[in-house]
Amino acid sequence: MIRVTLPQHLRTLARVEGEVQLDVNGRPTARSVLDALEESYPVLRGTIRDHGTAERRDFIRFFACGKDLSCEPVDDPLPDAVATGAEPFRVVGAMAGG
Amino acid sequence: MSRVRLLVGTRKGAFVLTADGTRDDWDVRGPFFTGWEIYHVNGSPADPDRIYASQTSGWFGQVVQRSDDGGETWEPVGNEFAYEGETGTHQWYDGTQHPWEFARVWHFEPSHTDPDTVYAGAEDAALFKSTDGGQTWTELAGLRTHTTGEQWQPGAGGLCLHTILIHPEDPDRITVAISAAGTFRTDDGGETWQPINKGLRSRELPDEEREVGHCVHRLALNASRPDTLFMQKHWHVMRSDDAGDSWQKVSGNLPSDFGFPIAVHANEPETVYVVPIKSDSEHVPPDGKLRVYRSRTGGNEWEALTNGLPQEHCYVNILRDAMAVDSLDPCGIYFGTTGGQVYGSADAGDTWTPIVRDLPAVLSVEAQVLP
Repeated sequence: MIRVTLPQHLRTLARVEGEVQLDVNGRPTARSVLDALEESYPVLRGTIRDHGTAERRDFIRFFACGKDLSCEPVDDPLPDAVATGAEPFRVVGAMAGG
Repeated sequence: MSRVRLLVGTRKGAFVLTADGTRDDWDVRGPFFTGWEIYHVNGSPADPDRIYASQTSGWFGQVVQRSDDGGETWEPVGNEFAYEGETGTHQWYDGTQHPWEFARVWHFEPSHTDPDTVYAGAEDAALFKSTDGGQTWTELAGLRTHTTGEQWQPGAGGLCLHTILIHPEDPDRITVAISAAGTFRTDDGGETWQPINKGLRSRELPDEEREVGHCVHRLALNASRPDTLFMQKHWHVMRSDDAGDSWQKVSGNLPSDFGFPIAVHANEPETVYVVPIKSDSEHVPPDGKLRVYRSRTGGNEWEALTNGLPQEHCYVNILRDAMAVDSLDPCGIYFGTTGGQVYGSADAGDTWTPIVRDLPAVLSVEAQVLP
C-alpha cells in the first residue's frame, strides 16, 4: 500500500480527506504512483502532470523521506520506506504566488 | 416575478448573487472553489441552470466545473485542451517566435439552443468546442492555424481569446476577439476564419492599420441587431454595422477611450456602456472617479453615469469580462471591480448600488434572468 499526501486544493478537488492510499503493482516509481493516483481519481489528471506530455507541472514538487525527488527520473524506484508504506509520497504545491 | 442571477468570477473563487426582479435585495452565495482563480462563469441560454466555470491555478492548471442546478452543486468535467496537429508558433514579447502553450480558459460561451454545446476561449489563443457538456473538448483549429497566426502576440494578460459572439440566428457565424491579434469571424461553424479588423488603427503597431495585431479588449452586441458590433479596443471605442467587415471610431466625447469592458443594453440596440480608464499605462479611472459612460446614440455622444458610484479616491479597474446586462425592463446593468465591489443598476445605469463590496478582485460578471 502506497501512501500519498496531496495539497489542500487537490484534496478538495478529489474529495478526499487526509492521505490517499493506493495499490501499485511492482516496485513503485513516481510515474507508477501518479498513474495509479490518476486512475483512482481521474479529476486529478492535468493538475499534477500536464496532459499529453505527462511532465510535472512547474509549481508541483514531489518529496519523500525528507528528500526532493521532483527532478529525479520518474522511472527511478522510490525509497523503500515509501514502497513499504512507512513514509508517504508527498505531492506539494511550491511556495509561490499570493 | 422574474429573478436575476449574477455569476461572478474572482481571483479567489466564484460567487452567485440572486435577487428578485426588483433587484433591490441580493442573496450572496460563495465562495465556490475558494483560492482558485475563476476566470469566467457562464450559463446556458437554453437551460440557465446549466453553468460552466473556468477554474484555474498557476500550480494546478485548468479545471472545468459544471453545475446542472443553477450553481447549488458542481462537478468537475473535462480539462484536456489539446491543440490539434502541429502546434506552430506565434510572436513572443521579444519578437522571436514562441510555441503555442495552453494556459487557461478565459471565457465560456454556451450555445443559444443546446446546453451541452459550449465554446471555450483559451490562452494561448485558440477556440475549443464541447458538444457533451464539457466532458471532452475539440479545437476549432482553423482559427489558430490562420496564416496570420505567427504575427499574433500576447498582451500584458497573455495571448488570450476572451470574447466569443455566436450569431443568434446563424450559429455557424461566430465572432471572436483575441489580445493582441484582433477580431476574427467564421461563417462555417469554425472551419475557416477571416480577420475583420478593417478600420482599426493602433499606434502601438508599426503599421497602424495592419490586418492583425490589434489589442481588442472586448466586443458586444444586441441580439436583435446581431450585425452591429461594438468594440472596446486598447484605445478607441469602435462600432461596425456590417458584422465586423468595417469599423468606425465612436469614442466621441469620452474623457478617455481606453478601457476594457463594453456592453449593449438588452432592449435598446443603440444604448452602449463603457468604463473609461485613464490610460494604458495607468489602469485607474480618470480623476479618481468611477464613471460608467452611456451612449443612447450608438456611440459618439456619451453621458457620465455617477449616481451611487464613488466620485473621489477611487482607483479600481474593471476588467474586460466584468460587465453584463440583464434583459428585464428596465434593463439591469452590473459590473465588478478589481477592488472586489460588484455594482448594480436596475434602471439602465441611472442609479447604482453596491451589491457586495469586499470580494476578491472581480474577473468576470454574467447576468441571467430566471423565470
